[in-house]
Amino acid sequence: MTATESTDVLVIGSGFGGAIAAYHLAAGGARVTVLERGPWLTAEEFDHDFLLGSSYTRIFDFVVGDGMSVLGGNCVGGGSVVYFATMPRAPRFVFERRGSIGRRMWPAGISRDTLEPWYDRVAEALPVRLTPWEQVPFAGGLFAAACAHAGRTANPAPSAIDLDLCTNCNWMMAGCRFDAKRSLLLNYLPAALAHGAEIRPKHEVQYLSRNDDGGYRVHYRIVDDVDYRVLHDEGAIDAKIVILAAGAGATPVILQRSEPRLGPMPHAVGRYFSGNGERLNTAVFDEDRVREVLGLTRDGGQAYAAYQIGRGPTVASWDQLDGSLPEYERFSLEQLYFPPGLGTILAQAPDATGPTWFGVEKKEMMRRWQSWLTIFTMSEDDNEGVFGPPPETGNSHRLSQQMLGNGPLRYKPTANTWRGWSLSDAAVKDTLERDGLARVMPWTNDLVGAYTVHPLASCRIGDDPATSALDDGHQLRNHPGIFVTDGSAVPGALTVNPAMTIAALAERAMPGIVRAAQERGVAVRYGAPSPDGETAGRRGVTRAA
Amino acid sequence: MTIEAYADTIVPGEKRSPDDRAIAGAASGGGAVASGAIELLETPGGGLAPALDALAISLNDHATEYAQERGLVLDDDVPPFVGLSFDDRTALVQLLTAPENPEKQMWVALALFSNMAFDSAAHVGTLDAIAAGHPGLLTIGYFRPDTDGVWRFPQFSYGRRLADSHPNTTTTGSPA
Repeated sequence: MTATESTDVLVIGSGFGGAIAAYHLAAGGARVTVLERGPWLTAEEFDHDFLLGSSYTRIFDFVVGDGMSVLGGNCVGGGSVVYFATMPRAPRFVFERRGSIGRRMWPAGISRDTLEPWYDRVAEALPVRLTPWEQVPFAGGLFAAACAHAGRTANPAPSAIDLDLCTNCNWMMAGCRFDAKRSLLLNYLPAALAHGAEIRPKHEVQYLSRNDDGGYRVHYRIVDDVDYRVLHDEGAIDAKIVILAAGAGATPVILQRSEPRLGPMPHAVGRYFSGNGERLNTAVFDEDRVREVLGLTRDGGQAYAAYQIGRGPTVASWDQLDGSLPEYERFSLEQLYFPPGLGTILAQAPDATGPTWFGVEKKEMMRRWQSWLTIFTMSEDDNEGVFGPPPETGNSHRLSQQMLGNGPLRYKPTANTWRGWSLSDAAVKDTLERDGLARVMPWTNDLVGAYTVHPLASCRIGDDPATSALDDGHQLRNHPGIFVTDGSAVPGALTVNPAMTIAALAERAMPGIVRAAQERGVAVRYGAPSPDGETAGRRGVTRAA
Repeated sequence: MTIEAYADTIVPGEKRSPDDRAIAGAASGGGAVASGAIELLETPGGGLAPALDALAISLNDHATEYAQERGLVLDDDVPPFVGLSFDDRTALVQLLTAPENPEKQMWVALALFSNMAFDSAAHVGTLDAIAAGHPGLLTIGYFRPDTDGVWRFPQFSYGRRLADSHPNTTTTGSPA
């Protein structure tokens, strides 16, 4: 092993939870080191290419568990580089959820009202904007028109995309080569670097140990540049404060693997995992009916046939986001593009007489791929995911050089979760099959289990030590100086895209983490402006405090 | 040949020649095999290459057992899975990938890669695949890029309001 280095604050992961922490602590004067498992790519390296080894496979992970598969970012900037940049705030009722524990899941100190100023900070930093109807791509427009035809409402969603730069190429999951997507590579991370933070890509943290001075030693391995199955040198860095932000699929695994050195983990580490209640339906539209029933036509006289054009989800239906409905019956529906290569196989051919996910009838369905519309459900699942014993390294047993692995997550959906999925399936069917517009069938869970792109809650905040791993300041119970600020801290499903809430919670946690660093002798202050120097958000949170 | 027959069961295509046995000829146009499924499966980075020989042996064992249970007589000229009719290949793949099958994971992985060759040509650069007339990308109607190899869609919107927004929407565009 090489000589052990030291820093004030060691941040594990560079997605929303890590980047926001790195910025505030570096800007406040602390020495900050960020260890990121994935590579560090910039715009010109984000390929329009499905080839194995292009950015399409280099910058994210698909980890197959028992009953649940998780798709997440694996690069500097984390999920913000591979996500679709849809950034709604969570509806008010979410913060009152009771979930599987039968009482309020969220800490008493957090509600939509108290979180609002922190949401504002994130909206200012990225920034987040409403999409005007004139800039909604064809797929979102089709979904909106079908919703209206069925007597439903539909909203263009707020997003962190510079629409003047966007080319509607729909390669967002491979990174944005036009820098239209306002990922963390364009705001918090460069601002953190400007204040002296150091970001080290290809450093996969394996476990933590405790030092005699009350600080921690973070042990890592270097990941091969091309073949992530290969790990090279190991090393360690000492820090007074450790911030875990490796993502909800990896943070609890690192803590579980650290348990022999750190002592017992809180019960909730690696439990209560939520897939954000996510589910996909694939519809195949009848182009003639789109023209006749919805009155839609586009350039060249076609009605739709534009699945490939656009930028992920742009229009959502919130008719079931009604706080008066019973828990587990509330969900949003969102139009989504799902690119080839990753999940097409899970789309099921409606009305097939033979197998639905492969074979002759599936191929016929794929001939009409440009007429597909994917509808994404985000509902209230039951936090039923549990992580088994951690793999030897990383958070999965890697099968491919990049992207694909088997992980220790187990997820057996409860009747509550199925209720939300079934109601949403019915709503999609009712909306899209009306008057012969389309035929639709949910993706199958039978092959790789349920599927989430928004893993949450595997190390959650709360007031009850028995059911939460973190206190409401995001500090790991019984392990002072360790904080968790990524999606694993979110207590449960949000019924909408979670990045905005993950980021707002990270912003909210920062004053407390700065105080903890001060108490450990770090010369650091809280109060940095937005990464680009704006101060309106800072004034807002000062008033809230 | 056995793995070709499996890939062809996932995304069927037309025979390469009249005496082609691996490809059953159950669908028109190129399927997984013509799209490069074997090349993708043999790519070292994919992770399945070391297992292919064992998978072929196992698949043929299952095919033999399947045929015996149903009183089917298999042709000795080809491996047992190749000797099955397309319908029987399909039925066997359904059994192997069923949720209760303990071997499900590896057969699903083989199917995932077979499908991936067809819908994204992951073993070859996408521009090269399109230039070469990749059957899968052609079948799904994947649009071509601009002359510089990058996709842009200047025409992308119906350009008008197509639904009423939910009444409980905040000024920032979020659910209230």
